[in-house]
Amino acid sequence: MIAKQDIIFNDIHGHLGSSLKFSEKRGDWDNTKNLISKGSDWIIEQVKASELRGRGGAGFPTGLKWSFMPKNKTKPHYIVVNADESEPGTCKDREIMRNEPHKLIEGILLAGVAMKANHGFIYIRGEFVDEAKILNKAINEAYDKGYIGKNACKSGFDFELTLHRGAGAYICGEETALLESLEGKKGQPRLKPPFPANAGLYGCPTTVSNVETVAVVPTILRRGAEWFSGIGNKNNTGTKLFCLSGHINKPCVVEEEMGIPLKELLEKYGGGVKGGWANLMAVIPGGSSTPLIPSKVCNNVLMDFDSLKNEGTGLGTAGVIVMDKSTDIIKAIWRLSKFYKHESCGQCTPCREGTGWVMRSMEKLIYGHAENHDIDILKNVCDQIEGHTICALGDAAAWPVQGLIKHFRYVLEDRIKDYKNNVLKVAE
Amino acid sequence: MSLRMPAPKEVQPKSFKFNKANLDKINFIISKYPSDRQASALLPLLDLAQRQNNNWLPLEAMNEVAKILSIPMIKVLEVATFYSMFNLAPVGKYLVQICGTTPCWLRGSDKITEACKKKLGINYGETTQDNQFTLMEVECLGACSNAPMVQINDTYYEDLTEKSMTGILNDLAKGKKPRKGPQSGRKGSEPQIIKEA
Repeated sequence: MIAKQDIIFNDIHGHLGSSLKFSEKRGDWDNTKNLISKGSDWIIEQVKASELRGRGGAGFPTGLKWSFMPKNKTKPHYIVVNADESEPGTCKDREIMRNEPHKLIEGILLAGVAMKANHGFIYIRGEFVDEAKILNKAINEAYDKGYIGKNACKSGFDFELTLHRGAGAYICGEETALLESLEGKKGQPRLKPPFPANAGLYGCPTTVSNVETVAVVPTILRRGAEWFSGIGNKNNTGTKLFCLSGHINKPCVVEEEMGIPLKELLEKYGGGVKGGWANLMAVIPGGSSTPLIPSKVCNNVLMDFDSLKNEGTGLGTAGVIVMDKSTDIIKAIWRLSKFYKHESCGQCTPCREGTGWVMRSMEKLIYGHAENHDIDILKNVCDQIEGHTICALGDAAAWPVQGLIKHFRYVLEDRIKDYKNNVLKVAE
Repeated sequence: MSLRMPAPKEVQPKSFKFNKANLDKINFIISKYPSDRQASALLPLLDLAQRQNNNWLPLEAMNEVAKILSIPMIKVLEVATFYSMFNLAPVGKYLVQICGTTPCWLRGSDKITEACKKKLGINYGETTQDNQFTLMEVECLGACSNAPMVQINDTYYEDLTEKSMTGILNDLAKGKKPRKGPQSGRKGSEPQIIKEA
């Protein structure tokens, strides 16, 4: 369980105020000049030593990612913050942006220093209108105070920051689709290589990082990499925002230690599963793209990247979706299939055609209007999508259905049996 | 992906011009991007055009934006049909967008949908006869710990029940401004017992 003094986002629920005045009281922008003066290499080394892993879903080591930027600057460098939070089950970046915007802005400046980028962008999802207003106000406050802009924090480092609103497309959370969108195009992912660190925004070296990843960096630099790496477990360090949703008594967003047991997380903050722990059916642990885990796995699993990977799922964005025994689990996963069908960008055939195919098959399975071998065909279609597309949306569409078939095949088969029995009854 | 087409010819206005206030805003928006990269201002400009035109984006507005940014019209059309927030046909004064993705569905978004349909007497994709309300289902709006929720124009209404949903629609119909955010009494997403819809 997290110690009170280890909490990074002290005002994640917005009781204290998001303005510069209140943020400074919480320690933001405290002698940032000193951190900047320690230089690019020091920041990257500290982030590496903290073992911070990206909070946007993939969990790639942040320090390593930042070190991929070219050492010799021949073109402008850019830092782009991915605030296109759209993964079903995920609502943590929103809380950072509306309640702790200065942690994010200071983090972007420091990331800019680390990557020798003099211009940063925040790509926020278009639907977050209020959040964009709050963030915009915070950016203006930081400009007025001289924290960003020319000679940021009087350090001699120039830094511009632009807030860019998206317009409703889940795929723009994929980093290269995001860059396309930022360039004023359709958000369709790019083939890699070249990776953004070599050719990103406007063909220049670019690093795209998640809001939460960037927002924890100032605290790590102030309190030391050892402090951060001392929280949680080896290779899964630090604190993390968890978003609890679905069939729990107290749905909420909370910061906790990485590696907290799922059961403790749900009982302590979520007020427990509706109808008690025995009423739990399954949990999607890391946003809709991660395969679900049945209740027997939930009993002991720890909430970190490696523990969940060992269970065939992932921490993803730490959007925990809880389903109790009253859930029609086939319909719950079908709704995700519908989501992916809607959000496929249409570029790669396996995803564009496959997501529709999966949705329609799942729709038939809700009523049991299928044969047992249709489940194998569905599994086969998912396997054909997975790994055969430019970006990970194809994989993300396949995983929830694969997880359903792996853990709840008997539910699908029972539904088919029930349908047949009902048809026979009517025929008689 | 979903197929999105511009509204039929009969509905399209003959011309579109940005008003003075928005022309000033356009210059400011373009100045936020590197000097030779004004195409980046495409999404913000289309958003501005939509806001000026009763929350929908006609072809003439796309044309105007294409001219201002020196982008071929076809590129603008591609973008406008790709992103779901651009309304390509007229919508009511209040665009009610119900989140129906799994986290909201688990907490009763079907009931919220029914409450809206019953109150407004319309189905998804339809507009009331007085042009006050349009009803749509949308995908995850990123407020899952405050499910179920709807977005009406720019505003989120969260922790909904059938009763609070109907109350919000009643308020809007009477020209009143309902309280935004969680309807359960909590401020944001702090742990608190929340009744399902």
